[in-house]
Amino acid sequence: MSVTHEFAEAPYEGPLLEVDDLRTSFDTQGGAVRSVDGVSFTLERGKTLGIVGESGSGKTVLSRSIMNLLPKRGTTRRGSVRFEGNEIVGLSDAEMRKFWGAQMAMVFQDPMTSLNPVMKIGNQLKESIREHLDVTKEYAGELAESLLASVRIPEPRQRLEEYPHQLSGGMRQRVCIAIALACGPKLLFADEPTTALDVTVQAQVLDLMRQQQDERFMAMVLITHDLGVVAGRTDNIAVMYAGRIVEQAPTDVLFRDMKMPYTEALLSSIPKLNERSHTKLNVIPGRPPDLINPPPGCKFAPRCTYVQERCLEEEPPLRAAPTPGHRFRCWFPVGTPEGADALARNRARGGAPEPSVGAGASVGTAAAQGASS
Amino acid sequence: MAGVGTAHLRALDDALLRVEHLLVEFPLRHGAKVNAVTDVSLDVLEGETLGLVGESGCGKSTTGRAIVQLPPPSAGSVRFDGKELTQLHGETLRNVRPRMQMIFQDPISSLNPRRRVADIVAEGLDIWRIGDRGARAAKVAEVLDAVGIDPKNARTRRPHEYSGGQCQRISIARAIVTEPKLIICDEPVSALDVSVQAQIINLLEEMKRRYNLTLIFIAHDLAVVKNVSDRVMVMYLGRACEVGPPDDLFAQPAHPYTAALLAAIPEPDPEKKPDPERVLGGEIPSPIDPPSGCRFRTRCPKAEPRCAVEVPEMREIRPAQFVACHFPLAPGEQLDFSAPGLRADGGADRGYAPDLEPVRWDPDTGPALPSEDDN
Repeated sequence: MSVTHEFAEAPYEGPLLEVDDLRTSFDTQGGAVRSVDGVSFTLERGKTLGIVGESGSGKTVLSRSIMNLLPKRGTTRRGSVRFEGNEIVGLSDAEMRKFWGAQMAMVFQDPMTSLNPVMKIGNQLKESIREHLDVTKEYAGELAESLLASVRIPEPRQRLEEYPHQLSGGMRQRVCIAIALACGPKLLFADEPTTALDVTVQAQVLDLMRQQQDERFMAMVLITHDLGVVAGRTDNIAVMYAGRIVEQAPTDVLFRDMKMPYTEALLSSIPKLNERSHTKLNVIPGRPPDLINPPPGCKFAPRCTYVQERCLEEEPPLRAAPTPGHRFRCWFPVGTPEGADALARNRARGGAPEPSVGAGASVGTAAAQGASS
Repeated sequence: MAGVGTAHLRALDDALLRVEHLLVEFPLRHGAKVNAVTDVSLDVLEGETLGLVGESGCGKSTTGRAIVQLPPPSAGSVRFDGKELTQLHGETLRNVRPRMQMIFQDPISSLNPRRRVADIVAEGLDIWRIGDRGARAAKVAEVLDAVGIDPKNARTRRPHEYSGGQCQRISIARAIVTEPKLIICDEPVSALDVSVQAQIINLLEEMKRRYNLTLIFIAHDLAVVKNVSDRVMVMYLGRACEVGPPDDLFAQPAHPYTAALLAAIPEPDPEKKPDPERVLGGEIPSPIDPPSGCRFRTRCPKAEPRCAVEVPEMREIRPAQFVACHFPLAPGEQLDFSAPGLRADGGADRGYAPDLEPVRWDPDTGPALPSEDDN
């Protein structure tokens, strides 16, 4: 209710965002789909957290659940989300309105569907500004123009009078960013902000977001399936699988010393520019689990090359690695004696495919021996 | 880039497909037209994979479709397996179709949701009456099995019962069932998750070997194209920029646009911090009124007055690597894209579209170029 008014007077010293054991499920005819299943993390001011995972891993639902943007009917949301120390789980939409836009904002994947096609760009910007800031119409117009200029849109004054279809994809996404930034949020969620864009435009938009983030000392949660996008642009990365964080670490640590077999498999399945052409790609066999009746034990176990009996029965907790800030969920982590043993055992009995070159045998024909050339 | 010429083509006898001076234009009102593909030449040897890369609007998909005559190109020649396709019509063109197939980006919308998967795959055989019923069923089962779909389930199931990756496997089965020579894959993995993408890429490689296929692989993801291709052609705004073997082309791009594309790719390596100075500014100009001369000049830091006047021709810059550029990059040369391209104001701002005024072309005096002191 009156939460937002206290912000200015007593700045909160703790982390900007604290998510604790957040669970979100959707009721369906088949049962409850547990899309987010016990996620905890904290985010400091001005920092960037990357969330990576495949489709259906819960990364989008997580961000919407934190922002309380999910439909109320049929959705169960439990756990705690504290924004500057204020609990926001359980707030009504009316109470959330003080947070949306002004404190936290979101940029979506597809700019064409997130902009209103029959409303001028300028009015869409001014709508957000006048909702949260007590300013005159004229001032809102000037602010809108300078916002468009700050996201490097050419001829901002003319653009205010245009409709979304008159802009290119990259330009539209910049408008979405301008709208998200309009009221100076402290936290920006960017949900696959560049997936619909070309590579050169993607680089422009990501650079722009980085620059705006630095200028405004804004925290960001960057959600993507592209490990390349998060590698150079985040402070921390959380890898999600089946609604859980399976590994979280500072970005350089994650790439240097990943512990979770899923992270390793994900990274080795993408073609890389520094590899010769026709390098055989490693394949993650199978599909992500059913989130209505997830298997017991580790959710990645059925697809994992390190899998042992224990993994199928007992779910590993999110435990701390020796490096500070690094957590993972695995009984037989990558790069440890236990992990090496597990892999050797699987190789010996021929039960699970090995992750190095020549793997992938368990998906039948996907096991091409493409290493020619 | 934006180049013309056929220097990069190989001997006519070797090529399964040889496309010369391909032109695709879409008319608009008032005599205007979209220059979708302008004077593109390419060839593909039997068993080879040609990768076509470029950003949206570069004409790569249109090139692929013009090759299969859907729709036929406005001009140019498409010679496939000894036949000039642009000369064929009606039944004679139809007779070539089973030997050229396409695989599309969105696997789910490219399969008929109301039909059973086995029937979808069998359709090509049914239309062409290849073999008797038993032989057709056996062939369908064989290709479904080859792509990793259980043929027994496929007889009763419809596309929605399969995942995106499985639907793409079904599309591949449908494409190979008529035993084509050439398959044009138009962004076949772009809609798939990374882990599934690897499965489909490996599957295409396996199918290519098993069924002696020749592929044209159209994609915007350079790493994917590099992985699958034997030869890569980079396109920009309807023209070819650079052609070469992927390893050389990606290690030493000669065209500034190839270099820009490579610099823009985010690499999964935190050591390689993205450098805003190396990001190509601006946006792709309109194909309705493309820049004169080299079409990339409006965004190219190396552009000079000559680039606005003369369309660069394809030439061999290193063995097997061809580039259409007046000022190709030397090996190891780094481009600074904060330098503006060839535009009217020579602005100091980074090249975002506002300053990207196309150079005005006057039929009498030629292009209005920036004056000396502007540079």
